[in-house]
Amino acid sequence: MTMGREPHIIVRDLTMAYGSYVLQRDLSFTVNRGDIFIIMGGSGCGKSTLLRHLIGLKAPARGSVLYGNVNFWEAEPEERDRMMRRFGVMYQSGALWSSLTLAENVALSLELYTALKPAQIREIASLKLAMVGLAGFEDYYPSEISGGMKKRAGIARAMALDPEILFFDEPSAGLDPVSARLLDDLILELKESLGTTVVVVTHELASIFAIGNNSVFIDPAEKTMIATGHPQRLLEECGHPTVRNFLTRGEAKAEVKPGEKPAPCFLA
Amino acid sequence: MAGPELHLEKNTEGRLRIVLTGEWRLTNSLPPPQALEGVLSGGPDVTLAEFDAGGVTGWDSGLLTFLLAVIDTCTLKGVTVNREGLPPGVNRLLALATAVPERQGARRGGARAAFLERVGSAVIDLWRSLCDMVAFIGETFTSLVRLFTGRARFRGSDMLLILRECSSDALPIVSLISLLVGLILAFVGAIQLKLFGAQIFVADLVGIGMVRAMGAIMTGIIIAGRTGAAFAASIGTMQVNEEIDALQTTGVSPMDFLVLPRVLALSLMMPLLTVYADLMGILGGMVVGVFGLDLSAMEYYQETKKAVGLTNVWIGLFSGFVYGVLVAMAGCMRGMRCGRSASAVGDATTSAVVTSIVSIVVATAVITVLCNVLGI
Repeated sequence: MTMGREPHIIVRDLTMAYGSYVLQRDLSFTVNRGDIFIIMGGSGCGKSTLLRHLIGLKAPARGSVLYGNVNFWEAEPEERDRMMRRFGVMYQSGALWSSLTLAENVALSLELYTALKPAQIREIASLKLAMVGLAGFEDYYPSEISGGMKKRAGIARAMALDPEILFFDEPSAGLDPVSARLLDDLILELKESLGTTVVVVTHELASIFAIGNNSVFIDPAEKTMIATGHPQRLLEECGHPTVRNFLTRGEAKAEVKPGEKPAPCFLA
Repeated sequence: MAGPELHLEKNTEGRLRIVLTGEWRLTNSLPPPQALEGVLSGGPDVTLAEFDAGGVTGWDSGLLTFLLAVIDTCTLKGVTVNREGLPPGVNRLLALATAVPERQGARRGGARAAFLERVGSAVIDLWRSLCDMVAFIGETFTSLVRLFTGRARFRGSDMLLILRECSSDALPIVSLISLLVGLILAFVGAIQLKLFGAQIFVADLVGIGMVRAMGAIMTGIIIAGRTGAAFAASIGTMQVNEEIDALQTTGVSPMDFLVLPRVLALSLMMPLLTVYADLMGILGGMVVGVFGLDLSAMEYYQETKKAVGLTNVWIGLFSGFVYGVLVAMAGCMRGMRCGRSASAVGDATTSAVVTSIVSIVVATAVITVLCNVLGI
């Protein structure tokens, strides 16, 4: 990790709750510029909810999310809108706007936030679609294409405004191994060529080891994070049974004994 | 094929042999596991239970549930269970079913809430939904203000599409319903008016009835069922599909982008549809007048013209506008507040139609009382 370790997203003492039900507490971690940061953990531990806190869809019960040095949830609404325009999000199901064609999906934010002419916008939309391997599908509606194509179109839309940060919610869920691999390669390619910071919510081990260079592991049992660091190093060095079990696909057969509280491992 | 049979053999050393024979399948009627309890509680104390399943010719989940109940009963009574006598497949499945202990607190409590508690939570829910409604009206209003200050963004083509969907696409059904309502009004009136030889006043009845109230109400109800429900369903599905989240993270306010064009379109089109419905209703009345009451078309037309003043038309148009706003708001609100499942979309659609129709009737009452007080 020789790249500049300039913090891009800083999460401090974040507590997530639905009403009085606390999902996770005291999450603190930093995503550096140019990282591919993985949010991992078992099903139902609040990974996607954490993502919703990061992208401004749900306010934290306590704690803060900083972009650069601006506290997102304390910023003015206009400032927040401006910040949101600087990141792109790919949702689990693609979440393409079903009444618009793929080109229109990509073009919408360009229409709203740039002074480009329609012809130029159309060109950029075609380019973005071509970058994710969907050249020629400009005039298809989301209902006419497959799940994997929807995800890729979702990435094209997320990239429309050349964002500084890209968020992915379960990018490889529901894809065949080859498509999942292609998607991983695409994410790596984007990071390498554009220097984009990438945050990925996933529990696909293959993807985690292939692309991640930093991560946070959140645990539903302890309701907080129990590990941070490079996934490969976590696999080698982390002694927490839950993390070991997760990263080895259960091979480690490590178990948390009742009443015992293993030490978390936060690798610098 | 032999049916399932259960024999319990108890010997003096405290061993219980559970002998199973025959076809242990769910489709056959299986012996109840309760038989065991009687044996365990009476007679010499049993310390070990073992199985002899050599006679079992076939089995499925029926045998498994039976065995689980047997093992539970034995464990409860402190009897050791030796599972060696069971077929190996059964043993493996039993091990699988008992491997992961039940998660603490996962089971839903079966206790029913007390009456007062239920009333209380119903009232709190009602209060919340009322607050929610007021909040939504506020949001729509601020969105409207943004529109007039030129900061609201939605696509013109979306607006045109919605305009068409809620106006010209609705014309056939509006025609049919208002024509029939006009006919019904005329028939009902004619029976009474004929007694006095005052058939010509059917024109007054139908004209004023349609223009002042019925035209707008019937259109409102049709639009509630047709367009209001469609708004709720389409916005609700977008909610399920994370499309609304995607709008928000793109920096587009869903209120501006989805709700505003719908409310505008419907409040523009409802008065127009109302005028159309009024005309169709009067036409329906005229059909009855001409063919049932021997009035001439000209005569009917003149009488209608004389009876229906411009005031009535304005009241009808105003009502139409109000219903349009109400239906659009109800549909959009239920859609925006929709949960994230298929059944939630259904609930949203249902409650959009219910809310629309209730608010139409309440609004009619309010408008009628106001007109009465103002002497219009």
